[in-house]
Amino acid sequence: MNVAVVRLGVGNTASVMFALERLGARAVLTDDPARVAEAERVILPGVGAAAHAMRLLAAKQLAPVLRAFARPLLGICLGQQLLFESSDEGDAEALGLIPGRVKRLPASASAPTPHMGWTRVEPVRENALLEGVGARDYAYFVHSFVCPESDATIATASYGARFPAMVAVGNAFGCQFHPERSGAAGARILRNFLSLPC
Amino acid sequence: MRLPSKRIIACLDVKDGRVVKGVRFEGHVDAGDPVDLALRYRDEGADEIVIYDIAASVERRTIDYQWLARVARALDVPLCVAGGIRTIEQGVACLEHGADKVSINSPALERPEFIDEFADVAGSQCVVVGIDSRAAGGEWRTYQYTGDAATIRRTPRKTLEWIAEAQQRGAGEIVLNCMDRDGTRDGFDVEQLAAARKVLTIPLVASGGAGSAQHFSEVFAGADVSGALAASIFHFQRVSVAEVKAAVADAGFEVRT
Repeated sequence: MNVAVVRLGVGNTASVMFALERLGARAVLTDDPARVAEAERVILPGVGAAAHAMRLLAAKQLAPVLRAFARPLLGICLGQQLLFESSDEGDAEALGLIPGRVKRLPASASAPTPHMGWTRVEPVRENALLEGVGARDYAYFVHSFVCPESDATIATASYGARFPAMVAVGNAFGCQFHPERSGAAGARILRNFLSLPC
Repeated sequence: MRLPSKRIIACLDVKDGRVVKGVRFEGHVDAGDPVDLALRYRDEGADEIVIYDIAASVERRTIDYQWLARVARALDVPLCVAGGIRTIEQGVACLEHGADKVSINSPALERPEFIDEFADVAGSQCVVVGIDSRAAGGEWRTYQYTGDAATIRRTPRKTLEWIAEAQQRGAGEIVLNCMDRDGTRDGFDVEQLAAARKVLTIPLVASGGAGSAQHFSEVFAGADVSGALAASIFHFQRVSVAEVKAAVADAGFEVRT
């Protein structure tokens, strides 16, 4: 099994690689567009801010590769946000695989931002990625921006307000949380992703 | 249940590759192997693990990346590291060896711009600012190089001002270690933590003083912190993470189960 994890500047990508290793996946961390294009599946981890990440994807010639990628693609955290059309974070144009604009998570006294912690993921639609994941499962979130509600939402979470925790459109999937650090439920979601036909 | 869920964080104070724990930063005793303990806490339900190389800042070196990677490879819950990280390269190396967050303490006091610079590179979500604080002369003051009794020193900074500055510079979270309570098992410093909570919009984690499961419920009720951290009570199995979570849930707060 060949997974390309997109290397995109500085972030916790080592955590993602360790999680894939625990699941027995053969994964490479790469920013080479050719290796990404020919991978069986691709993970776009969440790193830094949207505008900066999109500039890196453009500079590395990765944006067109990701837009055209026809096998399973998983965006994690910022990676999910980049699947949408645009983001308020640095006024960025994103990959545009899902309609809508990413907005800042509103801060409140009871919900400090960034949202950093374990929150329940509640499935709202059936999807292969959610196989074995129930409404009592928690995932670990770290984010200040949220994706817009759309037909792509397959699971939601609530922190101050309700927002899309997972999305799916065609071959593209996203997790706002970090499955690599979300215990057994996160491992289950990654395993489901690795089991998708491609 | 009061949302959002509260985090119970287990901290491993590490010195020379072994977990240690002292009282009020003095007189450390051996408490085990970092990988074994990290996994035990994970199994008990810890929401996050912090590994803190207590001697690194004092000895002006950074943490040992090899045992960091050993812990990170095995762990499937968030991992934060702390200890002598004073350059972007060192912070990045921590992330590249499997840390999810990097906590900076004394080096941020030496050069506060380090917070901005590291947040620019890694994003605020990776940047935790740790603060050692105790009451002195009628206000809370920030201390530095607290890993060793011989080097500890008070800084000119008032804690609440320093917390606000760290947030403004781009910290994604503050861990406030209340030194007067550290290792005493008398309970968290709810008054100081509540004051800190009021100047922050980012998450605040309580540290120092946990002695019972009840103390966690008290600090969530009294200071509205996002998480609470403990080391010695977990190491010496006075109370388990699972018992803490049960008590916090009984008090009406949501915890991950």
